Amino acid sequence: MKNKSLVSINDYSKEEQLRILDIAQEFEKKPVQTILQDYVIASLFFEPSTRTRLSFESAVNRLGGKVVGFSEASNTSVKKGESLRDTILTVANYSDLIVMRNPVEGSARFASEISPVPVINAGDGANQHPTQTLLDLYSIRKTQGTLDNLHIAMVGDLKYGRTIHSLVIALCNYNTTFHLVSPVELKLPSSVKMHIKERKLTYHQYTEMDEVLPHADILYMTRIQRERFSDPLEYERIKNVYNLHKDMIADTKENFRVLHPLPRVNEIAINVDKSPKAYYFEQALNGVFVRQALMASILGIK
Amino acid sequence: MENKKIKELKVSAIENGTVIDHIPSNAVFQVIRILKLEAFENMVLFATNLESKKYGKKGIVKVSNKFFAPEELNKIALVAPHASIIEIRDFQVQTKTVVETPDRIKGIVRCFNPNCITNIEHIPAIFAVVDKEDTRLKCHYCEKITTRETMEFR
Repeated sequence: MKNKSLVSINDYSKEEQLRILDIAQEFEKKPVQTILQDYVIASLFFEPSTRTRLSFESAVNRLGGKVVGFSEASNTSVKKGESLRDTILTVANYSDLIVMRNPVEGSARFASEISPVPVINAGDGANQHPTQTLLDLYSIRKTQGTLDNLHIAMVGDLKYGRTIHSLVIALCNYNTTFHLVSPVELKLPSSVKMHIKERKLTYHQYTEMDEVLPHADILYMTRIQRERFSDPLEYERIKNVYNLHKDMIADTKENFRVLHPLPRVNEIAINVDKSPKAYYFEQALNGVFVRQALMASILGIK
Repeated sequence: MENKKIKELKVSAIENGTVIDHIPSNAVFQVIRILKLEAFENMVLFATNLESKKYGKKGIVKVSNKFFAPEELNKIALVAPHASIIEIRDFQVQTKTVVETPDRIKGIVRCFNPNCITNIEHIPAIFAVVDKEDTRLKCHYCEKITTRETMEFR
């Protein structure tokens, strides 16, 4: 997979995705190495994203690589009206690999096609965020020992959450049973459901999460964003429907784990954090190993 | 017999060129635009809201002294999926074909997503045609679906 840009999760086959997860396992055992010491990684964040950017930069630093770039576009040439094409062609001269977050949808695909060095999409607007998907797959496999035949419950904003969309598409490779919990207004769009139907997989839709919990292997929680609602009262009502408390997970399966892409607001109570079934902070740590694996693979080192 | 038939035509016959028939009435101007006939130098005849036995109402475009490549003509399938293409030489029908929706479209349609890179930088939009019957176009860049209802031509 040398030089193979990652823009959409489907750019990598199931086998290629699994290969990244296997390499990530090696990095988890030995996260500090010097294999990137001769490499410069460009980290271009046209909009702020603390978690993703720090995770990428931490991944590079722990492998001895150097990072150049910016964490927001406001004091760069972009502000002066430079086109994305020119920014990418210029930065490609200074780096071996470009990691880009950009609010414009399709910008990552475009960058990957004009850039002489490979590009990793760290989120392009509401479109794709494939490294999040890889780290979610890694976390699911690690906690369950397998990706096959699992019952995965997804809760919250299933309509706009790109994390959910990419994860659903990726999980369609593993005979997953989907339990989709959302308010009616925020149901999984048909363009994503189409993938589940094509594979003839089972899915159930709910508006409340209580009945799902005893069946689930994984509970993937997401944040419901205020700006998705025209009626603020409706937001206040729905916000409090999908709240996970400690007592709710008492009767779940032994292997049950709670995942969340973070940041969370109030959808998971703090008292869940201490439960061995809470996995969201480890999940965030896994992002470092998965990103190390991806960069090492694209640079042809692994 | 031949003369009588020509007299009944609502739009004059052309000696040489291409006739595009069975265009939905509301798509005639889009066809003209897609084929770039606005800048064409020879005679172009067109009509809309003609009676049609098959479709109720239809439009027609006649372009003299011009024969198109199939790829060029197939672009109009997006707005006129049942259009027939008739090539005329010496007032005689030489060939008659129907348009075919292409698998991939570049440059002629605008992505409906205002936050798509193709609407922000000067990049021609590229689409995969994921549904030919209902004209559903998946943007190569932002991956959103543009439909016939949201379709706009550049």
